[in-house]
Amino acid sequence: MAEHALNIDTTPSWGGQVSPFKTSYGKMMMWFFLVSDALTFSGLLIAYGFIRHAYTGEWPMGEEVFHSLPFLGHGYPLIYVALMTFLLIISSVTMVLAVEAGHRMDRKGVTKWLFLTIIGGFFFLGSQAWEWSHFIHGSELGRVQLADGSLAFVHGHGPEVKNLEILKSGHKYHEGTLVEHHALHYYNDALEAGKVNADGTMRLSDGSVAKINFAKEAHVEKLHIRESGSKYQLGSHVEGAQAAELYKEATTAGQANRVVFGANMQRNEYGPQQFAQFFFFITGFHGFHVFSGVVINIIVFLGVLKGTYHKRGHYEMVEKTGLYWHFVDLVWVFVFTFFYLV
Amino acid sequence: MERDDVIEYSLEAHHSEEHGKKIRKKIYFVTVLLSVITALEVGVGIIFPKHYVSEMTWETIKWGYIVLTLIKAGYIVLVFMHLGDEKLELRRLILFPYIIFALYLTYIALFEGLQVHHVWMK
Repeated sequence: MAEHALNIDTTPSWGGQVSPFKTSYGKMMMWFFLVSDALTFSGLLIAYGFIRHAYTGEWPMGEEVFHSLPFLGHGYPLIYVALMTFLLIISSVTMVLAVEAGHRMDRKGVTKWLFLTIIGGFFFLGSQAWEWSHFIHGSELGRVQLADGSLAFVHGHGPEVKNLEILKSGHKYHEGTLVEHHALHYYNDALEAGKVNADGTMRLSDGSVAKINFAKEAHVEKLHIRESGSKYQLGSHVEGAQAAELYKEATTAGQANRVVFGANMQRNEYGPQQFAQFFFFITGFHGFHVFSGVVINIIVFLGVLKGTYHKRGHYEMVEKTGLYWHFVDLVWVFVFTFFYLV
Repeated sequence: MERDDVIEYSLEAHHSEEHGKKIRKKIYFVTVLLSVITALEVGVGIIFPKHYVSEMTWETIKWGYIVLTLIKAGYIVLVFMHLGDEKLELRRLILFPYIIFALYLTYIALFEGLQVHHVWMK
């Protein structure tokens, strides 16, 4: 030890020239930022865990909420989220390959891999937009509140509405008109507002009354009770004709909010309201990180094209944005597990 | 004064063509590993939905998920983010404060959450 101590030249240490961690200032500060950002995300996910453990009903599971694919409809639990996860992993790989190419001063390699990373980022953002839109619009049959006060998730196929035949004029539509455009949308709105009658007619928002002509009637297969009422208990199922009858009774009772489609800040089809709140906040905050990551990647990509880093003699800038980009992937790994899987 | 941070340490990360091949091989290995783990997680999620398996089975699956997640996170941080190649001191400086804080917060929040649950159930 003593010999070593003698050999150390201490002069540069006092000038602030030596990093005890053998790393550049910029990289270390990026790490410090990522640690603080990781704490923010941990706070959010842990708050989610708190609410979930405190909740007394049945928390929605990922397979039930997220089971749709674009163009293919529903019945594919978790596949879409898995694709999103895979997309983010792949774009993380292209990023790390860009960093590796940078270490070899391979300008062409950096350009190629960084470009692919940006494309991957855009794909992920698009996927998330699709998923949000699907989450907001909801399932085909919605969630229903039964007569005894219990809440049930409805399994089955939604109706197809051919048109709405106006029987009594309102402000907008006149008697005899056939409303085809957005017919299903109007029908679902009327269901939520409790404006559908048992005889197959409904009131539109302009005051008119219409007969609903179905191309295909709704088919209710099963009710899965998610919150206990006076008759049905949490976790039980009602099947077949009885389920269809209960659904019809609830949807034609003339009360608002007996059926709820989709989720927003006020109501949530899938379960407790906090579930939707946390979904929007956590995936939204993560999506915002992806968005800013894409922007930063584009800026660095322009620098690579211009040759700024090549002239500088090293591609550390790519490495630093790479750290941020991998961090976004890292956060998604946790969001994926705690929001979709567990 | 010449800036040491830009010149000295940034150049240390450079490696040769040959070494690059080795690094790329490692990257491809981690890619396959992460993909396989993700596919496994989703497969288990589809085959064993929470409401159709016993509570014991679900507990096992849940902890399995958490372990697999931590493995994935470890590979991302240590290989993709190169933290495994940094100096030991830097590694500890970044990981220890975070892990200690996150574990403590998780413990306290989930413990409290369960207490609130018991009060609300009454």
